[in-house]
Amino acid sequence: MSSTAEIQTGVAEILEEVAGVAPADVSPEKSFTDDLDVDSLSMVEIATAVEDKFGVAIPDDELGNIKTVGDAISYIEKNQG
Amino acid sequence: MSTSTADVVVTGMGATTPLGGDVASTWEALLAGRSGVTRITDDWVKDFPAQLVARLAVDPAEQIDRVRARRLDRSQQVAVIAAEEAWRDAAGATSGVDPERIAVVFGTGIGGALTLLGQDDILEQKGPKRVSPHTIPMLMPNGPAAAVGLAVGAKAGVHAPVSACASGAEAIRWGMDLLRFDRADMVLVGGTEACVHPLPMAGFAAMRAMSTRNDEPGRASRPFDKGRDGFVLAEGAAALVLERADAAKARGARVYARLAGAGATSDGYDLVAPHPEGAGGARAMAAAIKDAGLTAADIGHVNAHATSTPMGDTAEATAIHGTIGDHPLVTATKGQTGHLLGAAGALESVFTILALRDQIVPATANLDDPDDHVAVQSLDIVRREPRRASFSAALNDSFGFGGHNMALVFTTV
Repeated sequence: MSSTAEIQTGVAEILEEVAGVAPADVSPEKSFTDDLDVDSLSMVEIATAVEDKFGVAIPDDELGNIKTVGDAISYIEKNQG
Repeated sequence: MSTSTADVVVTGMGATTPLGGDVASTWEALLAGRSGVTRITDDWVKDFPAQLVARLAVDPAEQIDRVRARRLDRSQQVAVIAAEEAWRDAAGATSGVDPERIAVVFGTGIGGALTLLGQDDILEQKGPKRVSPHTIPMLMPNGPAAAVGLAVGAKAGVHAPVSACASGAEAIRWGMDLLRFDRADMVLVGGTEACVHPLPMAGFAAMRAMSTRNDEPGRASRPFDKGRDGFVLAEGAAALVLERADAAKARGARVYARLAGAGATSDGYDLVAPHPEGAGGARAMAAAIKDAGLTAADIGHVNAHATSTPMGDTAEATAIHGTIGDHPLVTATKGQTGHLLGAAGALESVFTILALRDQIVPATANLDDPDDHVAVQSLDIVRREPRRASFSAALNDSFGFGGHNMALVFTTV
């Protein structure tokens, strides 16, 4: 189990790798598309990377509900094994 | 349409090639006689008959941002690098041309082969869920044109001719037509290729099309030479910015040359074998010269397609000899660059334009002992070192598997 802070750091690492987002710009209230400029294909890549890193499954219908970094963190916290 | 508005000129050039990461370094290396060919040392190559390649002199990672690069196939990366150089060179961004009047025509012979093959490995090893969502836009053959269009914000249309090794030249002709038909005011054209991978290497080798002179990389690509035994696969891209002459003049653009005419034909003979007398190529050359309003006597220089294959070079020599004559200074630059497939016609157009500008014809590398064929013996093929000459019109040939023939005529302004 990762802590909330560890999850946020992990999500920030993925965002930097996939979309070139600076880790300092990543905070729970930020929207992936509106604030961090992540396009839809990159969002799919990020979801796959999150699945690998945190051992969670993100079905497509759940992915649509993940709008902000905070949404991703809560989803991971709820679903990690 | 008046003749003046149909006059098309070249106002920008870009390239990244086995000889250099831009136009200037590539041209300098070409005139200095340097070779871009090396022997592959990866483990996979040990059972391959042909082990030579002409890789990019400058890795795209040094010229393009990491995050941007990971969404682009290597063929798209080099296309964007060459296109952005040409765009800067033409001062396209500050030209004031309406984006809805800017078009892109960018060809490739093979397309995103590295992505297709790389993602297939992932599919086999990890399953469908791990295949990248960027796979399709990276492998589609219009991908390079689309990436270039996005880079410059072109909204008048993005087109991607695919005609194997004639693709780059076909893109230039297509761009010229868009301007002649007033469908755009500025067109960024070019060709790209990056498919150095075991599969294309094995495929070309199985056709017996590649040189197996593995112990002498720098001497392997030898157009028109008696000892030639095939081409050397190369990667890279080249781009031109085309505009109508009056518009270029009005905005004070620097003009390199006039793209005076183009000719396109198809062999209707065989899917891959060249017509023995290069009949389709000859018709393309004649058409281009006529389109330019010139006669064969006006052509002072020919940049030949000559890839160093036994059949192709003599067929082209026959066509040049019969259609243009023996007066032009002929060169075949693939002796140093290798064969850039879908980028070849664009890169060799850059060389043709620079030859016109500098009034110098690069030497044909490794042409130690010209083929005994009567046409090769008759032509004035520049060898050993570049030759200075005075000429105002030059022709660039490009031919592709599938029987595609392109000829482009450039003139001084």
